[in-house]
Amino acid sequence: MAKTIIEKVWNDHVVHQESGKPDLLYIDLHLIHEVTSPQAFEGLRLKGRKVRRPDLSFATMDHNVPTKNRDVIKDPISKQQMSTLADNCKEFGIPLAHMHHPDQGIVHVIGPELGLTQPGKTIVCGDSHTSTHGAFGALAFGIGTSEVEHVLSTQTLWQSKPKTMEIRIDGELGFGVTAKDVILAIIAKFGVDAGTGYVVEYTGDAIRKMTMEERMTICNMSIEAGARAGLISPDETTADYLKGRAHVPDDEYEALKEKWLDYATDPGAEYDRTLTIHTDEIEPFVTWGTNPSMGSGISSAIPHAEDYDDAGKQEELKQALEYMDLKEGQALSDIEIQHVFIGSCTNSRIGDLRAAAKVIEGRKVHPNVTAIVVPGSFTVKMKAEQEGLDQVFKEAGFEWRESGCSMCLAMNDDIVPAGERCASTSNRNFEGRQGAGARTHLVSPAMAAAAAVNGRFTDVRSMVNVHA
Amino acid sequence: MEPVKKLSSTITPLDRINVDTDQIIPKQFLKRIERTGFGQFLFYGWRFNADGSPNEKFILNQPPYKDSEILVAGHNFGCGSSREHAPWALQDYGFKIIIAPSFADIFYNNCVKNGILAIRLEESKVKQLLEGGKEKQSVTVDLESQSIHYNGEQWTFDIDPYWKQMLLNGWDEISITFQYEDEIRQYEEQHH
Ligand code: SF4
Repeated sequence: MAKTIIEKVWNDHVVHQESGKPDLLYIDLHLIHEVTSPQAFEGLRLKGRKVRRPDLSFATMDHNVPTKNRDVIKDPISKQQMSTLADNCKEFGIPLAHMHHPDQGIVHVIGPELGLTQPGKTIVCGDSHTSTHGAFGALAFGIGTSEVEHVLSTQTLWQSKPKTMEIRIDGELGFGVTAKDVILAIIAKFGVDAGTGYVVEYTGDAIRKMTMEERMTICNMSIEAGARAGLISPDETTADYLKGRAHVPDDEYEALKEKWLDYATDPGAEYDRTLTIHTDEIEPFVTWGTNPSMGSGISSAIPHAEDYDDAGKQEELKQALEYMDLKEGQALSDIEIQHVFIGSCTNSRIGDLRAAAKVIEGRKVHPNVTAIVVPGSFTVKMKAEQEGLDQVFKEAGFEWRESGCSMCLAMNDDIVPAGERCASTSNRNFEGRQGAGARTHLVSPAMAAAAAVNGRFTDVRSMVNVHA
Repeated sequence: MEPVKKLSSTITPLDRINVDTDQIIPKQFLKRIERTGFGQFLFYGWRFNADGSPNEKFILNQPPYKDSEILVAGHNFGCGSSREHAPWALQDYGFKIIIAPSFADIFYNNCVKNGILAIRLEESKVKQLLEGGKEKQSVTVDLESQSIHYNGEQWTFDIDPYWKQMLLNGWDEISITFQYEDEIRQYEEQHH
């Protein structure tokens, strides 16, 4: 029978199955970072348990790391969290890309970069954006700290089989429209809980033409639509990306590739639910509210409460606009911003930096705006510097930083002050996400660059062809 | 983990939809390396004013709700981050049961693993509980019979039988999994 990739990967990893219970699934790769792991390691120590497969685990420091000067960590508790991770990795024999390591970066950027992320794998991490790795056709999902402890000690997880959902993106990306705009449009159209209880597979012409980096941007935000995991069937683009990566041995590549491509969804396989969107509906996007579904195309305006039938939605709109200090019916191009953040596991890869640099080149950051670029990994940073992108950003007035999560969640010193507004390439615009009282607007790297130049949201299509 | 059985309490009505984990426990409080002590930071941005004084308008700061053990909220509660600090904070603050029309998947799992009973209940009934909460009413929840007793009515709720057993017995999941050691080893021999 024709199967989806979701069923194939699932079936391949069942260790134990019996009715009335979730399945016991084997985990091929466990990624670890400093924020959600300390209590899990402590749990092991308290009960005298070991890490079953340190060789299938990989840790990095990303959430807390300073991006200005690596050696200055002002907050002693941040510092302790990082040293605790280093101690735990040492004690339990887990490989670690620490803050000064050449492999360091945001956990969801380095997994693919190192070739740890591969089609058909089950991948977990104590982080909801683990769905990013789904771009490769891996079943990748975020887990809580108790589950981190469970994976550390057993290399398995009890999981109930999810329902399957197809989100098909028909058409071709229009001029100036990026993967980020596509996923924001999907979440705006179907809502922040459309995917709850499902694993999503993204399909369609638009997906097939995307680079791996663009596919990662799409899968990254699956959780913002409520889906724990989102994935894309592997193809030649996937295999090409992985060729020559550190954890993909050259002499095994051909055999691996054959195995990888077999995971792709069979023609005619059925999903529990299918949603579709056409690229004609999508223009460069800006969020104006306090969850990722509260966004619209740049040429439009903030909705009015009476546009919604549901009283809960009307109330939510009012609360969001109060927090954001915006008005119903206000045009998005009227919103002025004071900060620009280009970074995060959604949009901090080399392609993202190139797209932003293209808009910035030969222009200046608006005098009212503070703008920073935080590459997703040390590798991305090096590559960008080889290409001279750092110079483009610096000459325009951007700050060029070290890699990390940074202003995506502002756990380190990179914070948006209360009451100020940030055009951010990250994935969450929740209240206080970038700092208490800070106001976040989610956009693509090109749109963030355009906002940096103009000090307000601007249709990037009027500035440059970003999709060339 | 403490078993969950039967509980009566005043309802704390949090009449908002899509309450995200960044609101339940803001990121500046995620730096601790312990599992305890997060209750003081629960809903920090809503519970406290900018100067650190309690925001009297927020429901948790009003007298009858201070000792409540049952939180009722709108749909998609706990969306966003996987941080288990969210259920830790709710539990540490004193909530043992959360009732909503729907929960985000990871948050729901995280609750079960910590012995918090998260109940999915039809929207219309949740609405009644939210209204009742505003009138300072109480509700009784019995996990064994999967029933909710409210205002002379009795409703039932669904829960996965496996999770139910875990909660009723306060089991440690890792010890359960160790019983499948042979099967895990066999799987590894074939695949890794
Ligand atoms: S960049 Fe942001 S969303 Fe991504 S892992 Fe870091 S904190 Fe989480």
